[in-house]
Amino acid sequence: MLNASHVTFRVGGRALVNNATASFEPGSLHLIIGPNGAGKSTFIKLLSRLLRPHSGTVQYDGQDVSSWSERQLAHRRAVLSQAIEVAFAMPVRELVMMGRYPHFGARPGARDLHVCEEVMKFFEVEDMADRSYGTLSGGEKQRVQFARVLAQIWHPVNGAVRYLFLDEPLTFLDIRHQIDFMNKVRTFASQPDVVVVGVVHDLSLAARFSDRLLLMHEGRILADGRPSDVLQEQHLRTAFQVHPVLLKNPATGEEHVVFESGEARDQ
Amino acid sequence: MKARSSDRLWLLVLFVIMMVTTAFSIRYGAIDFSAHDMVTAGAGKLAGSNDLTLDQRIFVQLRLPRAILCLLVGACLGVGGTLMQALFRNPIVEPGLVGTSSGAAFGAALFYVFGALLKVTLGGWTLPFAACAGGVLSTYMVFALAHTKSEGRSSILRLLLTGLAINALFMSGIGFLSYIARDPQARSIIYWNLGTLSGADWNSVFAVGLATLIGLVPAIVYAKPLNALMIGEDEAIALGVNVSRLKWVVLTINVIMVAVATAFTGVISFVGLIVPHILRILRGPDNRFLILGSALLGGTLLSIADLVARVSFRPAELPIGIVTAVVGVPVFLSLLRSREYLS
Repeated sequence: MLNASHVTFRVGGRALVNNATASFEPGSLHLIIGPNGAGKSTFIKLLSRLLRPHSGTVQYDGQDVSSWSERQLAHRRAVLSQAIEVAFAMPVRELVMMGRYPHFGARPGARDLHVCEEVMKFFEVEDMADRSYGTLSGGEKQRVQFARVLAQIWHPVNGAVRYLFLDEPLTFLDIRHQIDFMNKVRTFASQPDVVVVGVVHDLSLAARFSDRLLLMHEGRILADGRPSDVLQEQHLRTAFQVHPVLLKNPATGEEHVVFESGEARDQ
Repeated sequence: MKARSSDRLWLLVLFVIMMVTTAFSIRYGAIDFSAHDMVTAGAGKLAGSNDLTLDQRIFVQLRLPRAILCLLVGACLGVGGTLMQALFRNPIVEPGLVGTSSGAAFGAALFYVFGALLKVTLGGWTLPFAACAGGVLSTYMVFALAHTKSEGRSSILRLLLTGLAINALFMSGIGFLSYIARDPQARSIIYWNLGTLSGADWNSVFAVGLATLIGLVPAIVYAKPLNALMIGEDEAIALGVNVSRLKWVVLTINVIMVAVATAFTGVISFVGLIVPHILRILRGPDNRFLILGSALLGGTLLSIADLVARVSFRPAELPIGIVTAVVGVPVFLSLLRSREYLS
């Protein structure tokens, strides 16, 4: 269980995240949506303690994480950020092994090697294991990075709940790989000891894959609940300033969101 | 991982190459020594004998400490370059970037221009002391000016730019001092800025040896967290690295190694830049290999450069800074062309 209570983070007097309170349960997939500048990425960073809030607390399983050591935290939570640049040419295998860094001293053990093989298979990147990361396409890079991130929390440490944070993971993926990626996230998130929180831009994908949606607007949480409850016309109009049309796929019953061109109309 | 045993093999090969280079470096110079001369001289020195011949004294008091100083200074510069490139995540960074070598050069220039006016001198230690103090002072200025309350993601970039600015400031200070200096002083400043090992003695070996040891041990310990930094600051933090501590530890190691090495030899450029690249081209970017590897290869490269500097116009010698580039650049460029290193 992940709890954020009254979390605020400011830059230059402006609150990027303003008094946000939310809780996230294991075993389900939570996605955050919202317009640019709504504070989604900042909120993800606060939840994963890459940033520390100016006020409010973030708790993992009822414990305030602000006093945890970096290493203690790294055993339990992993973060996939947007667009990762690798400074020097490096084989994919070594990059994925970095995910195991919190778990070994000088050199990896048999378990670390085994986990790396497993995650590379899971993301279908084992064929590129010996290629240089820089030679991969944007989509391949993203899959390799996700393999690295999952290697970090592939197995629980001392039975503790694991936390996975995804900051716009779909940016460089084509539609097939977006769906493929979200399916893998769902598979991982369905474990009873895993909390997954992610930021995505595509509302239809968000509606289709999430168990719970959070809509952020101007640093606040505007709506929080089941996808069908959050994807209401008035919420979307307030947040995105455009006029939404909600369509139901007659074959599957899934909700899809499309937008009319032009400004939101007052009704 | 297969890397472990082959890393060891590579380090062993680098060590052997370094020892062979050193053997050549102590054998040849203004005078050449035979193996027999070297052994007798060394044995005589170890036995504490006082009746060494002139040649034997040249060997144990000049040639031998110079060869060892070469290895140590090369190690300091190589490791400093590896650390700085890893920390700044930037392939064009030199170990002197955070102000250390320009500050040291400024300290030395001050000594050359105003040293004669000093009432208090430290004998042979005055110049190294002035240079080392200059290097530490300029580096501290860079740290202090780049430090902000919020340890945000821009702090490493801020440090890099502050380093560039402070370097420019000290370089203009050196320019001014050379401009007002009288001819022999100005020549000394230029000479010092090209680096030389002609002042090597056992004192400098012990001083630089201590700095090498103090720097190398924590550098090896922090090699793995430095690897994590290759994929970004936030990513390293997410992998459990205390990035702000890592930053200050690495910068401190670099200052100790570079300021002390520079203090005894002057500014030797290029070694710190290319040694890490040569090793990365050959073996990849793993700092657990690069740190020790760059200590060995840095020493080797500087030994070769010093040998060339001593024998090419003997009995006169060239400043080593001229030779390091001439020796290093062809190796570097050919490796750069032959592999897909930059992709």
